[in-house]
Amino acid sequence: MEKIRIALVAAAVLCAPFATAQTATKIKVGLMLPASGAYASLGTAIENGFKLYVAEQGGKLAGREVEYARVDDESDPAKAIDNVNKLLKRDNVDVLVGTVHSGVALAMAKVAKETGTPLIVPNAGAAAITGSMCALTTFRSSFTMWQPAYAMGEVVAAKGHKNVVTITYKYAAGDESVSGFKEAFEKAGGKVVKELNLPFPNVEFQALLTEIAATKPDAVYAFFAGAGAVKFVKDYAAAGLKKSIPLYASGFLTDGTLEAQGADAEGLLTTLHYGDGLGTARDNAFRQAYTRVYKGEPDVYAVQGYDAAQMLAIGLNAVQGDLTKRQEFAAAIERAKIDSPRGAFTLSRSHNPVQDIYLRQVVGGQNKVIGVASKALADPGHGCSL
Amino acid sequence: MDLATILVQCLNALQYGLLLFLVASGLTLIFGIMGVINLAHGSFYMIGAYMAYVLAPIVGASFGGGFFATLIAGLMLSVLLGYGLEWAFFSFLYEREHLQQVLMTYGLILVFEELRSLLVDDEVHGVTTPDWLSGTLPLGGLMTYPVYRFFISGMCLAIAAGMYFVFTRTRLGMMIRAASTNREMVQSLGIDAKFLYRVVFAAGVALAVLAGMIAAPVSSVYPGMGNGVLILCFVVVVIGGIGSVRGALLAALLVGAVDTFGKVLLPQAAGVLVYVLMALILLWKPEGLFKAG
Amino acid sequence: MDRSAVVFVILTFLALALVPRVTGPFGIDLVTKIMIYAIFALSLELLVGSSGLVCFGQAAFFGIGAYADVLLSPASGAPSLLWILPACMLCAAGAALLVGALALRTKGVYFIMVTLAFAQMAYYVAHDTPLGGGSDGIYLSAKPVLGAWLDLGQPVALHGFTLGCQAAVFVFLALLLRSRFGRALAGIRVNEQRMRATGFSTYPYKLAAFVISGAIAGLAGFLFAVKDGFVNPELLGWHLSAAVLIMALLGGLGHLRGALIGAFAFALLQEFYQSETIFGAFAKHWHLGFGLTIIASVALLPRGLVGVPGQLRERLLGRVARSQKELQDESC
Repeated sequence: MEKIRIALVAAAVLCAPFATAQTATKIKVGLMLPASGAYASLGTAIENGFKLYVAEQGGKLAGREVEYARVDDESDPAKAIDNVNKLLKRDNVDVLVGTVHSGVALAMAKVAKETGTPLIVPNAGAAAITGSMCALTTFRSSFTMWQPAYAMGEVVAAKGHKNVVTITYKYAAGDESVSGFKEAFEKAGGKVVKELNLPFPNVEFQALLTEIAATKPDAVYAFFAGAGAVKFVKDYAAAGLKKSIPLYASGFLTDGTLEAQGADAEGLLTTLHYGDGLGTARDNAFRQAYTRVYKGEPDVYAVQGYDAAQMLAIGLNAVQGDLTKRQEFAAAIERAKIDSPRGAFTLSRSHNPVQDIYLRQVVGGQNKVIGVASKALADPGHGCSL
Repeated sequence: MDLATILVQCLNALQYGLLLFLVASGLTLIFGIMGVINLAHGSFYMIGAYMAYVLAPIVGASFGGGFFATLIAGLMLSVLLGYGLEWAFFSFLYEREHLQQVLMTYGLILVFEELRSLLVDDEVHGVTTPDWLSGTLPLGGLMTYPVYRFFISGMCLAIAAGMYFVFTRTRLGMMIRAASTNREMVQSLGIDAKFLYRVVFAAGVALAVLAGMIAAPVSSVYPGMGNGVLILCFVVVVIGGIGSVRGALLAALLVGAVDTFGKVLLPQAAGVLVYVLMALILLWKPEGLFKAG
Repeated sequence: MDRSAVVFVILTFLALALVPRVTGPFGIDLVTKIMIYAIFALSLELLVGSSGLVCFGQAAFFGIGAYADVLLSPASGAPSLLWILPACMLCAAGAALLVGALALRTKGVYFIMVTLAFAQMAYYVAHDTPLGGGSDGIYLSAKPVLGAWLDLGQPVALHGFTLGCQAAVFVFLALLLRSRFGRALAGIRVNEQRMRATGFSTYPYKLAAFVISGAIAGLAGFLFAVKDGFVNPELLGWHLSAAVLIMALLGGLGHLRGALIGAFAFALLQEFYQSETIFGAFAKHWHLGFGLTIIASVALLPRGLVGVPGQLRERLLGRVARSQKELQDESC
């Protein structure tokens, strides 16, 4: 008897999370972003940027009020499929937006491709998302790993360095970044003499730093983000290498990590599609609006979230909010020139931003833009059949 | 690899191994004397690192103290924490089966992680190295070696020496050694086991917290930092022999060497090598390298 | 066998069969996942519950079964269920044979640690070597079919097939535990030394149990890979090993239906604590409530949820009722 009772209660609890309200005129945006763990602040920034744009449009896109369903993806690829299914099957969202971690975003891209759901990726830089997993209604408002790395390859070659050692984590993001750098650098006549890597998310760099010192290259190119970035920069300086062997990196080495890195990051040159002190009217307006609502300074992640909302609005306006018109939705965004705080950008054939990559230097705790490393750089989009 | 590089890599391995020993020694004591598998030991390491981050400004502001003051404050708090945890939670685990201990301490890991998220935050933080330790020493023109890393190795060696002294020259040490070889006998000899257990547990926690605190400036402070340390500590404890501090030292140095040289010589297999080492040693000596005591 | 237990099990299976008619796609997905976990927990039931071998590396066999499916599947075209299912189970069983042969030489806490070490080895092979595809995992291109009758790419079909597997594993284990082999395992669990003293060579029995258990875990892994179409190294990680131990303990060790109950309770607890409708913004800290629940349930429910009616009966009716019940209780 008790067991049947337990079963009934369990069934009731099972049904509780499924309760959702359905309205025909509202558009439901599914935000799959990290709310916990190391990337939580990036997820918050993206969400803030997205909601800022929607608020600027009066809370409506193409006449339809926007409502949100959120899932914390915990930056865990293992739970990715489950989480996407929650948004699609339980919450019945119309559009997917996410995420930070490339492994999770790949799962989103796969499911979006299979179900034909519009997906806008506001960060994850893995090539496959707009490569082998590309789809008609899958777009990216951020970058590919290749872009800032390729730009840096050109910069390092232009500075006259001939031999470079690369170092990164052994995962897709790291591999793509290094190969992007290598492509540009070797095309300009340089040579990558050694490619070092260590398993993600190991933070013991000492052994590899000794390797670098023993190899005596002209420069080092690194790709790290988050905790690894903090530790690497500090260890690099502590090993005395910062003075003898210049360090170059994709912007992720110094984005969001400057407080923790302190003086060890001062003077580092990085490339990214955004930075501090751009000084354009559009960027200033965006930064003012963001600080007024959210009380902190916006970063590249907030810009990417903001632009994701812009892209969605462009598509929705073109089809008057009717998402069944997938061809027109996609075509509108493909044709568009997005007025972004980072500078205007268009979209490549594989739906990735074609944008200026800036050269930045760490000055006084900020990533100051000191020039354009590569103008209107487009990712080659290998493997995409669009 | 030339000689200079090999020497530097040996230094790296030594420092890494010694730090690992500091954390693992606490684990092997708790394991050996109370027979409790404590999966939350990595969390104590994390708590230590976060203590260094949180306490530094507070100690600086109220006492004008620096690095050592923060260390002492952290140590005192950790002893209190250890005492309290043992009384409130761990004392219930002694008579339980290993499976229950594993699962209850696993639940504790989750609780600690979330408490960290609630009390501090989810960001990565840096802890500044004290000025008098932030220099570097040139190593034969190859590269410079941070003074702070020498400091870490030095502290670990000093603590190891201190533990050796306590174990071999004091009454408390004698009781601890006896309890790790034969718990029941010690109890029947009339020694207050409850008090002994509480002291040992608090010491184990303090060792892990201290390791976290002195490692914080080089490892930085981030969510989930306890997990990697935990598994390696178990490997060290099992290789060294449960309850043997001497074994923990040797095993930690072995693990440090395998990890460091593995990363450089065989980067793809680096993660696996430590476990291969453990499997091989256990096949040769199923109870670890040394007996308890 | 206890009649109310049989009725309970049959009712549960019937209820599970009715799920596709009652809920939408999300419900089918969730229940399929829970059933896969139940099969996984059943494999552990054989080891921990019946033989007393606490294996902290069961996720390795689960993950190997899952990775085998993805790696053995042809690049295009759906593979036939008839060969790929046994192949995956064989891979997992083979790995269990290797690990068990070495790990079973150790005892007690060392056994726990060695099984953990081997699972970590498998994890790092998947995580760091090209074989495993790295930390981002690998995608499955086509899901297995059985001729024209059964396409496991269809959620309802997969649900039904998983239910069938679950029933088959359940019946198989129930029969196994009643056999001489099962009795020997029970003897080993209670007092291995005594078994050896009576002339039983315990090692082959333990190894056989280890391999069978690994094969069942591999089956669960295979189904998981088919369901998600995606595998990643976390399927071999120690967190999953801990999770399945929790499921088995939560449900109740020593009882096969404990695995079913434990898997359901575990999944429902996770959904409960993660639910934003109940906890609002605090839902992102769901690990806190979840961890506390794990601690409380291990501490307060030593016999698991299966033992709850017994515990209540003891409280209400006292010692006499308990001893009578214990005489009747069997291992199902």
